[in-house]
Amino acid sequence: MMEPTPTPQTITTDGFRLHPEDEAAMRAEASHYEQPQAACIEALKIVQRRHGWVPDDAIPAIARILGVGPASVEGVATFYSLIFRQPVGRHVILVCDSSSCFLTGSDQLREALSERLGIGLGQTTADGRFTLLPVCCLGACDGGPALMIDDDVYGPVGAEELAGLLEGYP
Amino acid sequence: MNSQRQSPVYRSRLLQPASERTPDSHPLTWRLRDDGQVVDLKDYESKQGYEAVRLVLDEGDPQAVIAAVKEANVRGRGGAGFSAGLKWSLTLQGGDIPRGYIVCNADEMEPGTFKDRLLMEQQPHLLIEGMILAAFANNARFGYIFLRGEYVESARVLTAALAEAREAGWLGPDIAGSGFDFDIALHTGAGRYICGEETALLNSLEGHRANPRAKPPFPGQSGAWGKPTVVNNVETLCNVPAVMLRGADWFQALSGDRTDDGGTKLYGASGLVNRPGLWELPIGTTGRELLELAGGVRDGRELKAWLPGGASTGFLLPEHLDLPLDFDTVGKEGSRLGTGLITVVTEDQSMVALMRNLEEFFARESCGWCTPCREGLPWTVKLLLALERGEGEAGDVELLDKLAADCGPGLTFCAHAPGAAMPLQSALRHFRHEFEQGVRYPKGKPHADPIPAGEV
Repeated sequence: MMEPTPTPQTITTDGFRLHPEDEAAMRAEASHYEQPQAACIEALKIVQRRHGWVPDDAIPAIARILGVGPASVEGVATFYSLIFRQPVGRHVILVCDSSSCFLTGSDQLREALSERLGIGLGQTTADGRFTLLPVCCLGACDGGPALMIDDDVYGPVGAEELAGLLEGYP
Repeated sequence: MNSQRQSPVYRSRLLQPASERTPDSHPLTWRLRDDGQVVDLKDYESKQGYEAVRLVLDEGDPQAVIAAVKEANVRGRGGAGFSAGLKWSLTLQGGDIPRGYIVCNADEMEPGTFKDRLLMEQQPHLLIEGMILAAFANNARFGYIFLRGEYVESARVLTAALAEAREAGWLGPDIAGSGFDFDIALHTGAGRYICGEETALLNSLEGHRANPRAKPPFPGQSGAWGKPTVVNNVETLCNVPAVMLRGADWFQALSGDRTDDGGTKLYGASGLVNRPGLWELPIGTTGRELLELAGGVRDGRELKAWLPGGASTGFLLPEHLDLPLDFDTVGKEGSRLGTGLITVVTEDQSMVALMRNLEEFFARESCGWCTPCREGLPWTVKLLLALERGEGEAGDVELLDKLAADCGPGLTFCAHAPGAAMPLQSALRHFRHEFEQGVRYPKGKPHADPIPAGEV
């Protein structure tokens, strides 16, 4: 007897299955636009919210929901800096490195962070707690040097404040 | 979040108390609360909120809105300074032309700029009202607020405000009984400075990579999904309600005899000043006035140079401090007003290091579409790094001149590369000796490459 065919919209490969809630959220987002492809970034963010990052196998799954080819989704997923294509830590630290923060000490702040966490930019701590990334101007220049941890913006941040700050993100 | 300890949480704020702000003089900020809490729908409506929408929809003449905005000479506050009214007058509408879109450019990412965040986080309904007016004037059927992904607080506030406005009938079908339909969706991005370029923004909105499009056709002719589309900055749109309520003459008069530009501007100062911040001031306020409001240069150091409005504007000098900061005056000095938020550089800072930082930004944020930008900017960074380390080669400074000249304008699809060239050219002009000091080797003499391949 034949195996039942998996529903193509929800099961794409053995490795990845879109959560039904995520699929519904993607379709809801797509309804805001003339063409569903416009929800591509949001769809990637929906996957990322659930998984922390966007695994390769999520790409064809999203493509099917949006009715476009996987290459279109892959092109978008590899272009935008806040879409993560490899696993990141439980918390992502974005350190602003643009001009106003540069002038007010972002290099020193980044070095202090690197030293405390034992990682460089683009790396994740061995315990999987933090990933450290640069980000362009956070729009918090009157609070430079600034950084963002998950959804929270901090600034001005002194190196001596880092220990207390990081404690809030177990 | 850890509440045991005082964390340096960042909050957007205006450094002018409510007692100093009036509807007559501060159209953008007079409603803002001293406690920084959101001006919600009830609060906004009690302070003349949505009165401009009611007035304009009652009158029912879109062309009158365009004429008023044109006459007021509301110039684009995202940095380009293009007349919003002129832009609107070029939007295709009428006849068989389908209704298009209003897109609010809320992708605030210009280094040194933190103004739109304030308007969105504390007064979302002013932006929504401005978008409704823009939609009516341009016959748009739907609006998008293209918000950068990192503005999480703005997203939260705007989402709540859009729901409030919809509930109250300011968005949706038959707004205020006028028969005019319009709604807005929030579209959040996922990084990349280039999304702020208006045609790249449209590609990003449509779910593509944010590469700029060739112009013409301009978005007003063929924008999102080929429909007439108007893209305006947050602050620009926020000026429209007051223009419609109080008139073009009043708006023009806000700047007094400082400048021909009308209205106020959200000005700011950051970098090496004592009191970095944000103020709503008449357009044409001078750099010296801003610097005074900002408490002067930090720690009594000497002012060396300043960027008038973001990373893509040219450096000005102390001698330029008394110029009115309007679009044309700053343009005549070989720079641009840009966003009007100044970045202050002190005498002890190396211009070479700062330029290296700026060009690293532009190189990283290039979308890679055009060759001078994709290839030229990383090369520029490499040369600047060598000069910064005192390992430059004779001819490097001249090569920087050439790379900057090759960036345009006119040699690339968009203004990203020219924006990268402008601060570099002004730094080379005003502080050339600093760059020349980094030259150590004669031209062509073999020496260790200071930067391993692939590091830039």
